[in-house]
Amino acid sequence: MKINMSHGSGGKQTEDLINRIFLKHFDNNILNRLEDAAVLDIKGKIAYTTDSFVVTPLFFSGGDIGKLAVCGTVNDICMMGAIPKYLTAGFIIEEGAEIETIDKIAFSMKLSAEEAGIKIVAGDTKVIEGQGGIYINTSGIGEIVKSGVSISNCQKGDAIILSGNLGDHHAAIMSERMEIENNIKSDCAPLVSIVKNLFDSNIEVHCMRDVTRGGLATVLNEISSASNCGVEIYEAVLPISNEVRGLCNILGLDPLYMANEGKMIAVVPGKQAKTALEVVRKSRYGENAQIIGHIVDGSGVTMITTLQGSRILDVLYGEGLPRIC
Amino acid sequence: MCVAVPGKIVEINGDTAKVDILGNIYEANIKLVSAKIGDYVLIHAGCAIEVLKKDMAKEILSLFNDLEEEQNEDS
Amino acid sequence: MKTLETIKKELKEYDGKNIRIMEVCGTHTSSIFKNGIRSLISPRIKLISGPGCPVCVTASSYIDRLVEYSLKDNHCVLTFGDMMKVKGSELTLTESKAMGGNVKILYSPLGAVKVSMKNPDTQFVFAAVGFETTIPIYALLIEEIIKNNIKNLRIMTSLKTIIPAISYICTNEKNIDAFLCPGHVSVIIGSSVYSEMALKYRKPFVIGGFEGGHIIAAIYEIVRQISNNECNMKNMYQSAVTAEGNEKAKALIDKYFEAADDYWRGIGIIEGSGLKLRTEYKDFDAGSTSSEDVDVTPAGCKCADVILGRITPQECPLFGKACSPLNAVGACMVSSEGACGIWYRNCEV
Repeated sequence: MKINMSHGSGGKQTEDLINRIFLKHFDNNILNRLEDAAVLDIKGKIAYTTDSFVVTPLFFSGGDIGKLAVCGTVNDICMMGAIPKYLTAGFIIEEGAEIETIDKIAFSMKLSAEEAGIKIVAGDTKVIEGQGGIYINTSGIGEIVKSGVSISNCQKGDAIILSGNLGDHHAAIMSERMEIENNIKSDCAPLVSIVKNLFDSNIEVHCMRDVTRGGLATVLNEISSASNCGVEIYEAVLPISNEVRGLCNILGLDPLYMANEGKMIAVVPGKQAKTALEVVRKSRYGENAQIIGHIVDGSGVTMITTLQGSRILDVLYGEGLPRIC
Repeated sequence: MCVAVPGKIVEINGDTAKVDILGNIYEANIKLVSAKIGDYVLIHAGCAIEVLKKDMAKEILSLFNDLEEEQNEDS
Repeated sequence: MKTLETIKKELKEYDGKNIRIMEVCGTHTSSIFKNGIRSLISPRIKLISGPGCPVCVTASSYIDRLVEYSLKDNHCVLTFGDMMKVKGSELTLTESKAMGGNVKILYSPLGAVKVSMKNPDTQFVFAAVGFETTIPIYALLIEEIIKNNIKNLRIMTSLKTIIPAISYICTNEKNIDAFLCPGHVSVIIGSSVYSEMALKYRKPFVIGGFEGGHIIAAIYEIVRQISNNECNMKNMYQSAVTAEGNEKAKALIDKYFEAADDYWRGIGIIEGSGLKLRTEYKDFDAGSTSSEDVDVTPAGCKCADVILGRITPQECPLFGKACSPLNAVGACMVSSEGACGIWYRNCEV
């Protein structure tokens, strides 16, 4: 069955949609009350963020828009030294979308929310004219467990830990779009366990950042300018799978500028670098972690290339489009 | 001006071939080359433009060796 | 034993006369930056980025024709990703798409066959830009169009050949000492043409691959030749480049295309430097470039001087000020292989 305008009318069909899909999957004592707003019990400081998701195709190797919508917001909360607690979800659905598709997406959100230990406590659905597209906005709240984690808190001598392989998400999406067969899967994942384990091990984390759109190079530039420091990384130790390298060669893309959905960097004091690396590697989704560089004097981001040359990395300009010439 | 990438032919179907590029299987047109399964070809914009004569990594090493010979000739 | 390390050391410590090497290919320019090659060699060895990016040398009136086409009802422009950001006299394809224009990015020209057969009510045009590497693929596309009797797909060509451009530079610019020849164009045209060039212009012509090691070795060879007063062609990309090139591809180019004078953005007309569809295949031509093309060069833009190696990008008064990747004035800033764009993104100052 397909979505039509009446599913967004606020009447019977809207109620059916909510009951048959969203309440079934997101089921929890706060949402189930169906009040106008969720009432939450939170102590202390909170981290609060929002993100919207518009990916094409909706389903891709390693994930779907629902998983992305949960993990994206969960990870942003985590990066502020917070443990994610509550999420809201707003759906904008174009008429013609299959109800079964929405059901699959909601189920996927449920699984990711469970893994991340977060409750989906409020939601909204709107239907617009169109061709079956689905867009999701999520907002989330987390309880700060470690204050002072900030993009402006990096200090000279700090080590930069990258939690795993670069470029998997972008490469998975591009493979679908360009019809190239491979085993590349999106890395879309909640980073809660890496973050919790770092705090539980008493690592003095100065800064965390998830490496999403714009890629590693863009994130490192943000750090450099917010913390007024230089960043130096080493090409030879960057974790990138062979398949992603191959795809980048085909399409003329650069893994340093490709989007990830389940990768983060943690900036930690140099003397704790090895311990922190072990902690991340033992955490779920952190097995390929590497110490990729350091915070140094100066400004900007420099990469020491495999040939031992130095390359300055700027932020991403425009879109990363495939090119042949 | 032209991005091109080496890959290994794993299957041929008439004018096209499946080419393995570090684990990515791409269907390329092979009308511009005379290639057989197992050959390494250079792919540009969806087409094989040449059969590679040797491994590129080995080529770079041999380049350094050749340079040495020339130095010896000069001295 | 000479190793990568000893070669790098010699290049770093080189203290002979200044050497200016032009790399003609944009992918070389890109690889030079990605590998940090400039930081590995003596400041006395200068690497100059030449006119090897098809996007950078395409006339603005050509972009205007694509934009206009994309905005017509039931018309669609098929293009490589790079062309999306190049400015015509007013708009880029990205901007025309935002205005409702129909533009689709393809990875291979041959993908246009499937797209046009699937959508018989839409008139498609492929923005056929490129040098010799890509041109045989357009010839294959024309073959497919004929074979499948496709009526709704044509190509709009802006095709350049590299030898006339290098000859133009050798004749008009006295400050280039040697050429790092384009590896993938050479796959098609072969290495022997450069032997004649080396003889005629008395400069080293070295064909290089695209790995960092390839490029370091090619630069070393050029420095060695100049230090020894030699001027030879040397093919250092033998895994892919033969003396005669790809004969099948050359025959296909010759079957469908013929040489024509062509307009290079920023430079002007270079005699015999373009290719256009032969008269018998004109039906497949949707308005290609010719010597009548014009270019709107924005005030102060020094793209031509950059492409010809007269100045480095940061010597242009607009560089990093009025002209940046977010607001590109000149074509060299637009392309990811354009000299200015690469210099800017890599903060090469």
